[in-house]
Amino acid sequence: MVVVSDILVQSIQMLLVLVLAPLLTGFVRKVKARLVRRQGPSVFQPYRDLLRLLRKEVVLADNASWLFRVTPYVTFAAIWVAAALVPTFATGLLFNWTADLIAIVALLGSARFFLALAGMDVGTSFGGIGSSREVMIAALAEPAMLLMVFCVALVAGSTQLSTVADFLASSYVGLRVSLGMALVSLVMVALAENARIPVDNPATHLELTMVHEAMVLEYSGRHLAMIEFGAFLKLLLYISLIACVFFPWKIAVFGTGPLAYAIGAAIYLVKLAVAGFLLAMFETATAKMRVFRVPQFLGAALMLGLLGTLLLFVSRSF
Amino acid sequence: MNSAVVISPVALQMSGVAALLVTAILAIALSRSERATAVIYGATLAICAAALFGALRALLGDAANSSTLILPVGLPWLGAHFRLDALASFFLVVVNLGGAAASLYGLGYGHHEPSPHRVLPFFPAFLAGMNLVVLADDAFSYLLCWEFMSLASWALVMAHHREPGNAKAGYVYLVMASFGTLSLLLAFGLLAGPAGDYGFAAIRAAAHTPYVAALVLILMLLGAGSKAGLVPLHVWLPLAHPAAPSHVSALMSGVMTKVAIYGFIRVVFDLLGPPNWSASVIVLFLGSITAVLGILYAMMENDLKRLLAYSTIENIGIIFVSLGLALAFQANGLKLAAALAFTAALFHVLNHSFFKSLLFFGAGAVLNSTGERDMDKLGGLIHRMPFTSFAVLVGCVAISALPPFNGFVSEWLMFQAVLQSPDLPQWALKIMVPAVGAMLALAAALAAATFVKAYGVTFLGRPRSTAAETANEVDRYSLAAMFILAVLCLLGGILPGLVIDALSPVAVEILGGRMPIQANEAWLSIAPIAESRSSYNGLLVMMFIAISASLTVFFIHRFASHALRRGPAWGCGFSDAVPAAQYSGASFAQPIRRVFGTMVFHARDHVEMPPPGDIRPARLRIELHDLIWEGMYAPIAGAVAVSSEWLNQLQFLTIRRYLSLVFATLVTLLLVLAIWS
Repeated sequence: MVVVSDILVQSIQMLLVLVLAPLLTGFVRKVKARLVRRQGPSVFQPYRDLLRLLRKEVVLADNASWLFRVTPYVTFAAIWVAAALVPTFATGLLFNWTADLIAIVALLGSARFFLALAGMDVGTSFGGIGSSREVMIAALAEPAMLLMVFCVALVAGSTQLSTVADFLASSYVGLRVSLGMALVSLVMVALAENARIPVDNPATHLELTMVHEAMVLEYSGRHLAMIEFGAFLKLLLYISLIACVFFPWKIAVFGTGPLAYAIGAAIYLVKLAVAGFLLAMFETATAKMRVFRVPQFLGAALMLGLLGTLLLFVSRSF
Repeated sequence: MNSAVVISPVALQMSGVAALLVTAILAIALSRSERATAVIYGATLAICAAALFGALRALLGDAANSSTLILPVGLPWLGAHFRLDALASFFLVVVNLGGAAASLYGLGYGHHEPSPHRVLPFFPAFLAGMNLVVLADDAFSYLLCWEFMSLASWALVMAHHREPGNAKAGYVYLVMASFGTLSLLLAFGLLAGPAGDYGFAAIRAAAHTPYVAALVLILMLLGAGSKAGLVPLHVWLPLAHPAAPSHVSALMSGVMTKVAIYGFIRVVFDLLGPPNWSASVIVLFLGSITAVLGILYAMMENDLKRLLAYSTIENIGIIFVSLGLALAFQANGLKLAAALAFTAALFHVLNHSFFKSLLFFGAGAVLNSTGERDMDKLGGLIHRMPFTSFAVLVGCVAISALPPFNGFVSEWLMFQAVLQSPDLPQWALKIMVPAVGAMLALAAALAAATFVKAYGVTFLGRPRSTAAETANEVDRYSLAAMFILAVLCLLGGILPGLVIDALSPVAVEILGGRMPIQANEAWLSIAPIAESRSSYNGLLVMMFIAISASLTVFFIHRFASHALRRGPAWGCGFSDAVPAAQYSGASFAQPIRRVFGTMVFHARDHVEMPPPGDIRPARLRIELHDLIWEGMYAPIAGAVAVSSEWLNQLQFLTIRRYLSLVFATLVTLLLVLAIWS
């Protein structure tokens, strides 16, 4: 019976991320609209968008291959699995040990690989420009991400997210400069990976500066719905990751019963709301940068990760 | 005498080698006949499969006790020693698996060979050479077999010697191979010492001074490194590997570079005794530079086979980084971490032999059906060659180190080894290893970018030439070879625990330590140190992706609209009518060229805009410099040319001058002798 309840909790998490992801994006959009004194669409608009897209017909380019049609499902599934493996309201869920932080990042890499290929499939210039820039940004973001992982793993002695969260939730970690640097580094990488301002603009279309939106330009109907949903999930994943590693406050430890889970879930919602609000604030206050300024931005993230690691070594030896 | 004759495993492997050599001779006799291709490749397939079976049995079975064989050839006072231990068995598995796959591929591919008599005799000889290098157990036979392997592969590179560029490729290869052998010769000379005992057993037993150990390490990096493609000794590799027929390219890239790595491991880890930690610094440095530079070169390349050859350089760099980590941990007595890094290196050796062979087979299939290697003349092959493109897609995902395939597992193990670096006592290593880890991540991400480019430009989009438009699927043998390797890539990714356990005898033999037994982990997951630190389960990851993808598909098909309409591409309302206007290889590489290329290649884009009124099209010219070739090889080649030009004058002297020259030389030598004593 224990196994059944374990599977149940794990399934709840899988469904929870699925249900919350569009809401988070809707919330961010709403806050952004309010910040510039617009009314803005309802926070539930992303759900309506998805449903509308699902009901629409797919217009497929003449020479699109099977890869183009399979990619939305593959990327969505890969991101969903990755999102379900990041602890949200509780640590130590049944399948948490399936993949550690490095593997979760690599799963997102698999999703991006297929999406970039799909951008090349129809053979238009927009797809190519989007794909080539997306892989360039990824090539810069991944080393920064790894150094961040390295820094956190040095503190917690593990790359297993549940272990990291449990360790950092325990009181004796205290405040550390290295962790602060790692946090800034992760936030910068997360902005780049989610195609947010200042790296990319999720709201534009038909602009040469766009990256992610150019890559998926040829998609329509249910395929586009899957890709949009994947993007919502990815944002939720990164925010959950930041929350679980750096702010594991009140996250429920596995097996502590329904009440702890409920508290964990409520606190998790609060964390999401705060993070979404901060993201909207930041995006409203910042301008998008030129594509070829992105290397400097991500280079700074890389250096922060490296500095954090070196500081840890230095502070340990004294 | 009625006791059954027991043949030792090494004798079995040697009989396989003998069979390969007989096949080579048979090929000379048969080479003009119609059926030679089928007979020779069929024979090598059977022999490699048998040798693979034998090597697997030796590795998984009683690998602890090695078997030796002494043949009365070679140096008269030494004989030729051959030995099969766990390390040799593992590399024999790599060699013969690659050989069997290449033979299977050759059964189909070989029929398109314009001059089979230039390929068939050397192919079995090359396989035999690689087997012999791994089996050799004394320095003399080792060098002899090494040269045999080099020459056989050189002959295969020169098989199509009339094609432009191939003669140069063969020449550069020959020069670099001679340089490598010279370094190895010096290394073994130092190892054997003044007593001159060339048997590996005697070298292993002898104690080496730190001075000799450092020199041998450098010589091995030069000798084995030049064969493996370590930067800056890699220049021959992207010339020679693509010049050979594609199944031979697969063998050279996927297998022969691994034989060079075997040589490095054998000497540096096994024969030299306990390592010094400073050795690891140089290996880590060279490895990480090789990984990043190799993949940047690959990204800039538009020739499919050369791109794959450059990517081989990257993977060799990754393997050397892992070996460097193993050296660092071993020098500090951290057995578990050393075993982890070492196992990761061997795992990557195996993985790279799978996916690089697969990708070269795919490139060969494309070359066969279109006659093109230039990606900018291909495109849209996913419609014309569906099976090939599926197999190549698997290879591309695997080589990009993406889960759930095998390339990811070995790189994940390397990152886990990098995370063990805080235990190292030396500050230089503490600071260096995280930076090396970041370089590994950069190389992995650039590899993904490179293979998006390679696959996207070659197989996706619209065809850019009539050849690509009218391409046909390749034969069944080639497809079978590709699909077997693709399945192996997947199996290595979802059942990594089995591979790690199979590699543990090698780690025990070389390092005296091993990773925890993975078969005990629940659900076939792997945990390099302990589950609380890190674990990964490829099988579950793949199952989760499969289940959630099928759930999604089910719900979409149950509840969403089914309507689908084909139409012209949208492209923001302006789609380019000409296929040549699609994103090409060079344009895909442009962002990365701008970020990294200005420094690494001194890349410049020149826009040539005709004046108003002129109807010529505007042109974009890309200027790239190979700084290693221009800064290192070109000056050396120039110096050799100048000095030989100068010495050439000596050939046209009068008899008087020759006589005075001889006299002067004699007097000088006598003077030297007089002063010396």
